[in-house]
Amino acid sequence: MGPTMIGQGTEASLLVDIVFWVLAVSAIVSAFAVVQIRDLFRAALFLIMTLLSIAGMFILLRAEFLAAVQVLIYVGAISVLIIFAILMTGDVEEGSPSHSMRIPVAILSTLFGALAIFVSVSTDWNLLEPAIAAGQVSADAVEGVYSNTIPVIAKLLIRDFVLVFEIASVLLLAAVIGALALIREG
Amino acid sequence: MHEIQTAGILDFGSLERFFQRVLPDSLDRFAFFIAAFTLAFIVINVMVQTTAVYTWFERRVLGRFQGRLGPNRWGPFGMLQPIADLIKLMTKEDMVPKIADRWSFNLAPIILVFPTLLVVAVIPFGPDSFLGRLNIGILFVLGVTSVNTIAIFMAGWGSANKYAMLGAMRGVAMLVSYEVPMALGVVGVLILSGSLAMSDIVIQQNVPFLIVQPLGFLIFIAAASAEMSRTPFDQIEAESELGSGYNTEYSSMKFGMLFLGEFMAPLVTGMIVTTLFLSGTRGFDPIPGQVWFVGKTFAVVFALLWVRATWPRLRVDQIMAFAWKGLFGMALVNIFLIAVEVAVFQDDAGKISTNSLWIMSAINWAIAIGVIVAVANILGQPNLERPTPVPSPLANMYAEAD
Repeated sequence: MGPTMIGQGTEASLLVDIVFWVLAVSAIVSAFAVVQIRDLFRAALFLIMTLLSIAGMFILLRAEFLAAVQVLIYVGAISVLIIFAILMTGDVEEGSPSHSMRIPVAILSTLFGALAIFVSVSTDWNLLEPAIAAGQVSADAVEGVYSNTIPVIAKLLIRDFVLVFEIASVLLLAAVIGALALIREG
Repeated sequence: MHEIQTAGILDFGSLERFFQRVLPDSLDRFAFFIAAFTLAFIVINVMVQTTAVYTWFERRVLGRFQGRLGPNRWGPFGMLQPIADLIKLMTKEDMVPKIADRWSFNLAPIILVFPTLLVVAVIPFGPDSFLGRLNIGILFVLGVTSVNTIAIFMAGWGSANKYAMLGAMRGVAMLVSYEVPMALGVVGVLILSGSLAMSDIVIQQNVPFLIVQPLGFLIFIAAASAEMSRTPFDQIEAESELGSGYNTEYSSMKFGMLFLGEFMAPLVTGMIVTTLFLSGTRGFDPIPGQVWFVGKTFAVVFALLWVRATWPRLRVDQIMAFAWKGLFGMALVNIFLIAVEVAVFQDDAGKISTNSLWIMSAINWAIAIGVIVAVANILGQPNLERPTPVPSPLANMYAEAD
């Protein structure tokens, strides 16, 4: 189980399996803790734990750039803003009490999780390793992409999907201006 | 001049091969783990002990700057002072406030130290770093060091102390703000070198980037000393205002860990600046590259120390204004400038010759001086009118009574 690195022996895949399961369990357990724990500050810390585990997953998938960006933006910036927002609330230590919607929400999210698992298992993924084995893709080309993903991502972002990229920045700019306007009014 | 040193260093790959040779075949799969632990052991010990020596160095030099002696009692020139400090810290009582959030409080010192140690793994001390060539190099450094922010938040919140919380809040606001100019200051280096890997950045520096882009260097070093929260930017633990800031409630070895993180940061920053702007291990020949690296690192550390000893602490609003109005704009100017110059000077193969680098340096120094003067005139208040002092009506109270 778990993703295996291309061009590695069995010992490496054993190691990858261990790391995969550690990261997977840590991501799911801390995600569960985020919604279950009463202390909002600790919940935020567990959210950071989840995000770090996901960053580890990205490294396992050899997407180092995504992992670095995940840590830099989500752990370093967004989660800090979340903590700031949490500290503005009145009762941080008991801020997440149980409520009457608990059971319906639990059932709904279980169903949604089951659906997600079903979809990801039943999808016919276009995997690289069978494609290499069948000779549709050359292993060297794949290794070339994986050894340095940054130019590939850069070409996609700034050449092929430049319009989407720019629209996203306009959206962010609008959000900044909106925030400024709100402050001015208050 | 500027020969690339090829002296090998102890890297992960060669360690693993060594253990595979030494161990019997049936244990080969453990070579990976043994190599990893050996490397971690070496890195952690070297860094911690260098930091111990550095605390002595910093206190002696600060003493010299401030016209006093500094620690000079134990050992030659007081060099054994770090050991005395360590014994003192270890024998102190380990106190945790009763209403503290114990998990946050106890974990914070560890989380503060480990990113700083992780950064060491990707710094190229030789032709490559301990971990070999990591192609996200500098992004790894920026990402990992941003975890520090969380540790300071945990320490401040976990202490359940107003001063600790205030220090942490100020500090976190400052750290988050200065991450922006820090990352943007690096972008100039990335455009010039065309790679994020630290070892490639060193190879590209036929002319050290300090000379090619002085503006980028100044932005980076200002932002980095804010990230370390050292004196012009030490809002986190402004002693005169906040007790001791986020570490007010810490004692014993937990304080020792926070102290370790605080004093390791300038060393690691010195290494990063050396790699990015001072051409890392490169130098001229009889002296090996590692010696160049250490020498340059200590030069940067000494310069940081000089700044710390010379400037007074800024106010919170001044610090934030400097990040967003000053450094941010300057970083954008720097990126635009370097991008245009690279587009103009690069040849068909995308390379930039050493001569073009020198021409770029001349242009960039002129523009850097212009930009700095302009920003200083906009942000500073040269024509600030000081109110004329009015004598207090009570000043001559007793004189009149006579």
